[in-house]
Amino acid sequence: MRLQLDNQVALVTGATRGIGAAIATVLAEAGATVVGTATSESGAQRISDALSSTTGGGRGAVLDVRDAEQIKQLIDNIRDNEGAPSILVNNAGITRDGLAMRMSDEDWDAVIDTNLNAVFRVTRAVLRGMIKARHGRIINIGSVVGLMGNAGQINYSTAKAGLLGMTRSLAREVAPRGITVNAIAPGFIETDMTGELDDQQREALLEQTPMQRLGQPGDIAAAVCFLASPAAGYITGETLNVNGGLLMS
Amino acid sequence: MSSIEERVKKIVVEQLGVKEDEVTSEASFVDDLGADSLDTVELVMALEEEFECEIPDEEAEKITTVQQAIDYVNRHLDQ
Ligand SMILES: NC(=O)c1ccc[n+]([C@@H]2O[C@H](COP(=O)([O-])OP(=O)(O)OC[C@H]3O[C@@H](n4cnc5c(N)ncnc54)[C@H](OP(=O)(O)O)[C@@H]3O)[C@@H](O)[C@H]2O)c1
Repeated sequence: MRLQLDNQVALVTGATRGIGAAIATVLAEAGATVVGTATSESGAQRISDALSSTTGGGRGAVLDVRDAEQIKQLIDNIRDNEGAPSILVNNAGITRDGLAMRMSDEDWDAVIDTNLNAVFRVTRAVLRGMIKARHGRIINIGSVVGLMGNAGQINYSTAKAGLLGMTRSLAREVAPRGITVNAIAPGFIETDMTGELDDQQREALLEQTPMQRLGQPGDIAAAVCFLASPAAGYITGETLNVNGGLLMS
Repeated sequence: MSSIEERVKKIVVEQLGVKEDEVTSEASFVDDLGADSLDTVELVMALEEEFECEIPDEEAEKITTVQQAIDYVNRHLDQ
């Protein structure tokens, strides 16, 4: 079985680095035309460079997912240039960790806005095209923390748990139109986001992880590629754990 | 150029996958033409595109029959 995405247009948010960069490359190598987003012009340029040598090609585009107007403009722009996206990967996300008692409203709001509210808005904006096409793949990047909880991440785990509810409700709404909606819950993946862990935290994590290693961005990208492909056409409303065995449910 | 009535009926036929002669002016999308809630949202989207207008949600809710759709377009098209 080969996972082919020829003639598909994919939008990947937060594709400058880490998991999003790997997802953009893997989808483009599978034949999709990929638009990856960055928060800066230089980031968008790096994405364009990375995609230029891939099978499906694509480009970087600037998008702050918290900005509703920018979302609308970008989706219109993609529709006019590449064609309406048939694959959406909601990957952009941030952390602002802190204990609940000491967490500021700003840190709470920033994470809920970026990791939850924005996902809804981007998704709503691409749905029209998918419904018309009677085909679509929406893949939300959640987190193992949304299932397990994590001390110090009340904002982040709340947003990620919310994302899973959103995934299931939307899956039910749009299934009759040939659109699948799934989530991936990564465990701990080696990126800038986990670069902040100290050695002791790393050790503790590895002890709980049967595979005895942190994940690589490519581990998540492979799962995204599968869910985006025709092979996964009967999977919807599902959360796929990709965590080296850290959590089994 | 076909009339507004013809254009509206054509969209209903395409969106709901029903036969032309079923699409009478009095026909209700849900009760007579078998539309579900997602169909009615799509129908409004298709009308918006055909007539290049935006139909606010409060108005869209009131469009439940073919005639109501025709009336809406007639009322708003030349404004
Ligand atoms: N790493 C892990 O262990 C892990 C585990 C579970 C889940 N996840 C999830 O996986 C996703 C990617 O994580 P990562 O580790 O690859 O993160 P990362 O290396 O920190 O990259 C974050 C990406 O999100 C973008 N971004 C941040 N704020 C944005 C905004 N307001 N608008 C648009 N884009 C924005 C960044 O763009 P710029 O470069 O332009 O800032 C960057 O491309 C996130 O949803 C994260 O929660 C990660």
